[in-house]
Amino acid sequence: MSVTTVDGVAPGSPIDLRSERTASLSAFGALLLRDLQVLKKTFWQFAVRTIMQPLMLVFVFTYVFPKIGQGVGGSAAGEAAFSTLLMAGVIATSMVFQGVQAVALPLVQEIGFTREIEDRVMAPLAIWAIALEKIVSGALQGLLAGLVVFPLAAFIPATPVHLSFHWGYLITVTPIAAVLGAAMGLTMGTLIEPRQVALLFSIVILPMTFLGAIYYPWVHLGPIPWLKWFVLINPLVYMSEGFRLSLTRGIPHMPVAAIYAALIGFTVLLTLVGIQGFRKRVLS
Amino acid sequence: MGIKDLGLGTAAPPVQEAPGQSHPVIRTSSLTKVYPGNIRAGDALDLSIEPGEIFGLLGPNGAGKTTTVGMLTTRIIPTAGTAIVGGVDVVAHPALAKQFIGVVPQTNTLDRSLSVWQNLYYHGRYFGMGARDSRRTADRLLEQFRLADRASAEVFQLSGGMAQRLMVARAIVHSPRILFLDEPTSGLDPQSRLALWDILRELHRGGQTIMLTTHYMEEADRLCDRVAIMDHGKVLALDSPRMLKRSIDADTVVRVSSEGDLHALAERLAQMPGATHADAGDGVVRVYLRGVTGALPRVVDATEAAGFRVNDLSVAEPTLESVFITLTGRDLRE
Repeated sequence: MSVTTVDGVAPGSPIDLRSERTASLSAFGALLLRDLQVLKKTFWQFAVRTIMQPLMLVFVFTYVFPKIGQGVGGSAAGEAAFSTLLMAGVIATSMVFQGVQAVALPLVQEIGFTREIEDRVMAPLAIWAIALEKIVSGALQGLLAGLVVFPLAAFIPATPVHLSFHWGYLITVTPIAAVLGAAMGLTMGTLIEPRQVALLFSIVILPMTFLGAIYYPWVHLGPIPWLKWFVLINPLVYMSEGFRLSLTRGIPHMPVAAIYAALIGFTVLLTLVGIQGFRKRVLS
Repeated sequence: MGIKDLGLGTAAPPVQEAPGQSHPVIRTSSLTKVYPGNIRAGDALDLSIEPGEIFGLLGPNGAGKTTTVGMLTTRIIPTAGTAIVGGVDVVAHPALAKQFIGVVPQTNTLDRSLSVWQNLYYHGRYFGMGARDSRRTADRLLEQFRLADRASAEVFQLSGGMAQRLMVARAIVHSPRILFLDEPTSGLDPQSRLALWDILRELHRGGQTIMLTTHYMEEADRLCDRVAIMDHGKVLALDSPRMLKRSIDADTVVRVSSEGDLHALAERLAQMPGATHADAGDGVVRVYLRGVTGALPRVVDATEAAGFRVNDLSVAEPTLESVFITLTGRDLRE
């Protein structure tokens, strides 16, 4: 029996068979549509999970602290500078959290517990494309999270926030950071079993956010050289630095090329690792 | 519980075929899966499933049934051999093959984030159906599968039987050429099982090709056109249930429950007039008889003559289970 033709279809196949490309594209779109439907259905959950962490962070550090005379920065100018630099870190963390909450946690459930993924995997597109859809969907939610968090970080602080928009940087850093956050989510979601979720928070997410150059520019770590170099394995550092580059003036940041190279490098790496992890979990 | 007419709309479109040329929907050749530790879950399987038939893989847990379905549905990558489903090599072109495969897996894989109706609607969209087409199909299938009143319910509010019906409905939204069901009635109450059988028969009448796995011999017997009996990754026998049962060369099976060396008893009983063979296991001896009238008293006499006591006794026609026992010496439930 001859089965291998150019497009892989042998005689006797269904007459309405669509090309792999057409079928994959429409399936990809439909999976996105499904994720958006779920987002719409659970929007208040999305809003709460997105707002809570940055809200608390901004409220305590830039509203409560200055009001009770414990402001970070020393002087009024210093406090304003802190509110300004924290803004970038807060947006970056919200994207990382979105990657965890919109991609990693659902995946952990769907792969390891409910096995729902088995059905999604039967959609007529390649496995890598299904994983990629998770990243795209997570990145869209990350962008949305950034948008939601922006006014919080700009208007809650008791001291003025001096933003200075560098649009060229902003419109390039933002999408890369969103994809990076989602790719990180895919990697975590495919590597972690449901019973390890608590560990994910204590071992990965907590140190990552506390040491993600959220509260200080990376170059200020100079006095602790080992830490300054160690935190370079943390993708959040480059996201925070990237947003600081895009939104502030006069606050030191890493070299622009280093920020972009690391953002793109980590995005590619984590996308590949995530896709590979996904393949391993759904195929045997 | 009955099922409304499922209609012909659920069946795959007919395929134009050259006269005299057979195009099996599934054809495997030396299909093999070896898991780490040299566990052969599929061992050189050669299967051919014709359009419109219900084909059953019958065997105990661990026989390799799920692995076989997994390989045919692109989820498990074979170690060797080929599998052509609907004319497409599933290993070389999995994304293409998935277009005309419908799967009902062993566990409930319904989308927990979507409602009952949305599970069907988005499934249609995944498979390239337009919004209107997908909406209509979802409505129609919910009606046909008697789930219309649950359309907006969350899937975790469904009973086991309803969830299983929804899984079958979802698997046929895109009119697959072949529908795979992995242990479809496992864990269902008897009523839901019968309802599901009705659904599958209805789909079968509509021309749907179905491949199912089961460890219930009754399910294979009552539902399938042909059955492959599997054990340890191998197909031991493949035929219609009737021919399989005929193959064991007996019209009556008598089970004798006794104590002592049952293998010795089996040897003795196999020599009684009309007995074709006998085997022992699980505390009972089974004697296979052909053309014997008054089988029970004769078996009792022969047992007692051999110095054994009859604790219990039953007589039945051969079943697929008898075939499995004859082939493997073991029970399906073991």
